[in-house]
Amino acid sequence: MSTPTELVDFDEALASYDPAMGLEVHVELNTATKMFCGCPAVFGGEPNTQTCPTCLGLPGSMPAVNARAVESAIRIGLALNCEIAEWCRFARKNYFYPDMPKNFQTSQYDEPIAFDGWTDVEVVTENGTETFRVEIERAHMEEDTGKSLHVGGATGRIHGADYSLVDYNRAGIPLIEIVTRPITGAREHAPAVARAYVAHLRELIVALGVSEARMDQGNLRADVNLSLAPVGSGGLGTRTETKNVNSFRSVERAARYEVSRQAAILRAGGSITQETRHWHEDTGVTTSGREKSDAEDYRYFPEPDLVPVAPSREWVEELRATLPEPPRARRSRLQQEWGFSDLEMRDTVGAGALGLVEETISCGASPQSARKWWLSELARRANETGTDLAALPITPADVARIQALVDEGKINDKLARQVFDGVLAGEGTPDEVVASRGLAVVSDDGALGEAVDRAIEANPDVAAKIRDGKVAAAGALIGAVMKEMRGQADAGRVRELIVERLSS
Amino acid sequence: MTTPLIERSAAALAQALASGETTSVELTEAFLRRIAEVDGAVHAFLHVDAEGALAAARASDERRAAGTPASALDGVPVAVKDVLATEGLPTTCGSKILEGWRPPYDATVVARLKAAGLPILGKTNMDEFAMGSSTEHSAYGPTHNPWDLDRIPGGSGGGSAAAVAAFEAPLAIGTDTGGSIRQPGAVTGTVGVKPTYGGVSRYGLVAMANSLDQAGPVTRTVLDAALLHEIIGGHDPLDSTSIDQPLPAVVDAAHAGAGVDLAGLRVGIVSELGGEGYQPGVQQRFDEAVELLVKAGAEVVQVSCPSFVHALAAYYLVMPSEASSNLARFDAMRYGLRVLPEGVDSPSAEDVMRATRDAGFGDEVKRRIILGTYALSSGYYDAYYGSAQQVRTLISRDFEAAFEQADVLVSPTSPTTAFRLGEKLDDPLAMYLNDVATIPANLAGVPGISVPAGLAEEDDLPVGFQVLAPATADDRLYRVGAALEALLEQQWGGPLLSADKLALETEEHA
Repeated sequence: MSTPTELVDFDEALASYDPAMGLEVHVELNTATKMFCGCPAVFGGEPNTQTCPTCLGLPGSMPAVNARAVESAIRIGLALNCEIAEWCRFARKNYFYPDMPKNFQTSQYDEPIAFDGWTDVEVVTENGTETFRVEIERAHMEEDTGKSLHVGGATGRIHGADYSLVDYNRAGIPLIEIVTRPITGAREHAPAVARAYVAHLRELIVALGVSEARMDQGNLRADVNLSLAPVGSGGLGTRTETKNVNSFRSVERAARYEVSRQAAILRAGGSITQETRHWHEDTGVTTSGREKSDAEDYRYFPEPDLVPVAPSREWVEELRATLPEPPRARRSRLQQEWGFSDLEMRDTVGAGALGLVEETISCGASPQSARKWWLSELARRANETGTDLAALPITPADVARIQALVDEGKINDKLARQVFDGVLAGEGTPDEVVASRGLAVVSDDGALGEAVDRAIEANPDVAAKIRDGKVAAAGALIGAVMKEMRGQADAGRVRELIVERLSS
Repeated sequence: MTTPLIERSAAALAQALASGETTSVELTEAFLRRIAEVDGAVHAFLHVDAEGALAAARASDERRAAGTPASALDGVPVAVKDVLATEGLPTTCGSKILEGWRPPYDATVVARLKAAGLPILGKTNMDEFAMGSSTEHSAYGPTHNPWDLDRIPGGSGGGSAAAVAAFEAPLAIGTDTGGSIRQPGAVTGTVGVKPTYGGVSRYGLVAMANSLDQAGPVTRTVLDAALLHEIIGGHDPLDSTSIDQPLPAVVDAAHAGAGVDLAGLRVGIVSELGGEGYQPGVQQRFDEAVELLVKAGAEVVQVSCPSFVHALAAYYLVMPSEASSNLARFDAMRYGLRVLPEGVDSPSAEDVMRATRDAGFGDEVKRRIILGTYALSSGYYDAYYGSAQQVRTLISRDFEAAFEQADVLVSPTSPTTAFRLGEKLDDPLAMYLNDVATIPANLAGVPGISVPAGLAEEDDLPVGFQVLAPATADDRLYRVGAALEALLEQQWGGPLLSADKLALETEEHA
């Protein structure tokens, strides 16, 4: 098999091949304790401080299932329209790795907690917004492994390292692995569908409240399986598995790249090697990981240390009743309530501001003002400081109060920006900032009148135009007054005073 | 003339402590002295913790003085098989790969012994990772049968059984995966009980085969076993397979059984466990014991358990399969032995693992890892592990049917008396046959007891009488066991075991 140096153009590749994708997403649950022991399941901490005989896999230690993790798994399954198993078991997946304490992973194999589901994702195409159905094969429970740190050597990989350190704090944190059936028929939209699916899944997980679902922290990790088959053949080709892709954008790029790469190999008469591949964010390419033939043998067998999980139908129905509104339904309901255009809605969702806008509105702001502040003013600041919108030190209630101050005429938009500065700098509530910075607009006729008189005096030409009936020219005078009053004048009242004085 | 302390039952020792006749320190010292005298010949212990045991004994004496004993057996020492994790005390499982490892935690059984105030004398010898029927597979050398030092003490719990038989400890804890409490009990003339699966927590028991392993008592009397069973048994949230219901009243049953009234009891003799292949002297003692039960009022029925003929085969698929997975954690990365391969400049993790496992595991362990890995591998799973699990279901059904006809089932515990050290070492299959009568209980999870039934005529070595009961009906074992023990002692004029019969301190054996 020859390795092609040239990739085949994506569109050209699709002229010859149909892509099929399978996505495997790992979700780290936010339970208080680990999957099989009572250790805290929190991110970080001094290495190996959140461990016990069980998550260290010490001889004699035994697992006991975290009921909360089972509950989260069932809720995820229900949200993905899955069947929930009446009876299922854990299995041992046997393989060796230094950061895996027992050298087997306690997982689920042929008896997952949830199976046979589906979810719809939306992709913007030349025909507008199109819906693609993604079938879910299974969602199963398993434990995370520890983390290796390879010290020395140039690459940070085990090869060439002087020594390796292992941190078992993460070992045993509960994971849910969600596996799709092959997604076929998406053709040129396949990469976008992959991205939309992972984004949709994240939204769902966040709505369920079962995980922080932060891709940058590895709470949500996606593996992209992709294969090509000759157009119209209806078959599935040999797949590659690109591991741990950690952003929505990268999911799309990795899928696109694999289409082009595999097409080049197939065109040159080569064949695809079934293997895992690594995604490189910086160069936008995948490289070969380890070969993974079907013969790889995990020697699965039912975990004898754990009794089967048999969720009662009553419990499952109780959990079904607590499911949040599905994100898509919620979005269309809110869009209608708020009267947003499709574009406005997409931007709001895209910025991760949906919940913030919703809360701001519930605190009394109008939908448009809530959207405006979060998506312009605050999005810019979040961007500048490299933080999440939700992580800014300001609450939806603060934003609603600032808009109320504008509506009441106490401040104007320009002053509002200074109020945002103050609140974000920790100077207190919007009202406190207005008071301490002296930002309230001046609407006292005496002070404004004097400023208007001075402006008329300083701009006789403009005054003459207004007298001649060109009221639009008043803007220049308003600007002058504003400048003098350092922006704190009530612009409406200033206009009235100008017209009053120049019409007599 | 009073019986020397070390020869008394644990129940009698508890009485002596309660009456002030002796103290726990005195008692513990007596057993430590006995260990010092005879263990060179017996080699029942891998590690003796004199300091720890005496500290626990002093604490026990203080509780007695304050009138607040922690349990009926508070102050009576115990020995623990080296397969149970003991905080700060070496735990090797009889393997080089764990040489020097001191666990940072106690197994639940050990924690309960400590909470009940029993000083722990030390850790007893065993076949490496509990794989064997003779304790010859210990990486630290074999244990010798106190009845005849040239013979095996049974396995894998030969250390615990020999310690009790040699009067080095009044009580011991063993574990039974295919018979490792009952078979050593039979060949050393002691009482061994495998409780119902899940009746005693497995937390901290280094697993050989998780779905079969069960810790239980090794003692010289049935009542002692019940007293110990009561301390270690019961639900443990750390072991999700442990049974979440009250323990049966085993001590009451042992007391009731000693009244030897078995009227109305139906005793089933399992046709498949006896007769052909069983040593004549073993079969003879068994038949005589059944006669005694009949005299006490029991009704005897013959029952057939046709699937039992497949038990051994099923066991030797399930056990190594689970063991192969359990032993994967011994990889030289975090604890125990680490061997660097020779002639390799910068060895990889795999190189170190390979060299360590090669040096750290004995032949029997390697044999079973290979068997288990093969049986679980894809393409063979259904044929081997899957079929073995189906056989387990059939065996369970055989038990259910048999228990409809009988309240308890009985058989010889082991087909033969103790064989000679080395005799079967090169013939693993012959060795495996020793557990043929004990294995079905492990596959089905039902409880069993082995009670001494006398000495075989041809070799004057102990014979064991096995009683099996339905799951969670452990109390029946104690009722029948105590009755048989009482009847036999009337006949013998005392217990089967006595220190003067053993002649352990002689020069030629020391």
